[in-house]
Amino acid sequence: MLLALAALAVVLFALPLVGLLGRTPWTELGSLLADPVVGDAFRISLVTSLSATAISLVLGVPLAWILARFDFPGQRLVRGLVLLPLVLPPVVGGAALLFALGRRGLVGGAVYEGLGLVLPFSTWGVVVATTFVAMPFLVVTVEGALRNLDPRYEGAAASLGAGRWTVLRRVTLPMVSPSVLAGLVLTWARAFGEFGATITFAGNLQGRTQTLPLAVFVALESDRSIAVAISLLMVVISLIVVVALRERWWRVT
Amino acid sequence: MRLVAALALVGLLVGCRGDTGEEERLVVSAAASLSDVFAAMEEVFEDANAGVDLILNFGGSSTMREQILEGAPVDVFASANASTMAEVVRAGLTAAEPSTFATNRLVIAVPAGNPAGVRSLNDFGKQRLLIGLCAESVPCGDLARETLDLAGVVPAVDSTEPDVRALLVKIAEGELDAGITYATDVAAAEDAVEGIEIADDHNAVAEYRIAMLSGAANRESASAFIEFVLSADGQGIMEQFGFGSP
Repeated sequence: MLLALAALAVVLFALPLVGLLGRTPWTELGSLLADPVVGDAFRISLVTSLSATAISLVLGVPLAWILARFDFPGQRLVRGLVLLPLVLPPVVGGAALLFALGRRGLVGGAVYEGLGLVLPFSTWGVVVATTFVAMPFLVVTVEGALRNLDPRYEGAAASLGAGRWTVLRRVTLPMVSPSVLAGLVLTWARAFGEFGATITFAGNLQGRTQTLPLAVFVALESDRSIAVAISLLMVVISLIVVVALRERWWRVT
Repeated sequence: MRLVAALALVGLLVGCRGDTGEEERLVVSAAASLSDVFAAMEEVFEDANAGVDLILNFGGSSTMREQILEGAPVDVFASANASTMAEVVRAGLTAAEPSTFATNRLVIAVPAGNPAGVRSLNDFGKQRLLIGLCAESVPCGDLARETLDLAGVVPAVDSTEPDVRALLVKIAEGELDAGITYATDVAAAEDAVEGIEIADDHNAVAEYRIAMLSGAANRESASAFIEFVLSADGQGIMEQFGFGSP
């Protein structure tokens, strides 16, 4: 019974992949992937997903640390806010970003008036949208690891005279580094596949905001074989990254 | 296990809601620009055809086409141009010859108050403005590019949106300075968007086609709906929403 249920789950995951492979124009694959649309989208996807991952690392690890190590008023609210992008439909997230950071938005309006900067329809807009959607994966993973860490290690380091920053850098982070790396891989994968928040907040323009998922969406309606080729490319890249990298670090934890 | 049972029950209740009566479901996939006018027709049509539950499915004409080509259970298809419908016809998925039931003009759509001071299609070539068009694969994008071509303008596009309503929202929000939509979309956006006319010699006209699909489960109600759209009543509603007659 359990085996049958598990097998059904595997079928659900595998079937779409089989469908994709069945539609793949294998002989033309090379020339399809050489299309400038693919190259542009690949570049935008690579730059934005890696930027989002880097920003998530810089902002997300401190947030995870504070959530795991301190009790403060409003902590549950902050944790809820972190989880929100995980459960929110990405299109809603994108619309909310537009209302906040758009040219007429709450904060975006002031930035536009003051500096003349417009986030939507720019590559930075894609980075903001993907960071919003992907960073929770890092925060949740790292916070969980920190909570499981025996606080006595940190206590011992502190009692030997190490300051808070030194403890974090020399004791805490090395001990949770497998989780940080696993979280980074998840964050990157989510950013790489982001669609809804990106098209809603950053729009869709080849060479500026059109990532691979957006290119697939557009190509599905104009040139199906290119859409299939890009989809296959994304499956291969994501599988390599998630299977090869994540599995390796997962085992350490 | 109790959780699973509860979830299943919720699913059943929601799923059954539409099936409890003897209502027949009629699924109509239509171009995004028909959103308001078909929604208005829904009430009138359902009042006149008791027992038929009209289900409206809106999106870019090409999105709807792809769904139909992939075998979506749709009874009637209404596209914003002839070529999108022609592909469904070519695939052998229509049950009858498509009919032209409306036309639509293009206009320049700008946010209320026209903050960027857009005056004509020539402004679409300016780098400093944020310009949006529909994607080339949807009729409004195809027609907009035709119009710009006729006017001899190479647009400095900042975003190509998946359908006309997605474009309209970004203009209404003031995030884009200008875009090209149908006249009826500007009317539907009420005070949030202003329209600037495009001269007739540059304007490409959208021709809306409607057809019953060969997979239609309810041919009777499908043809009843098409007849209603083509009837004087249906055409009157189309006109109220700013569409031209064929």
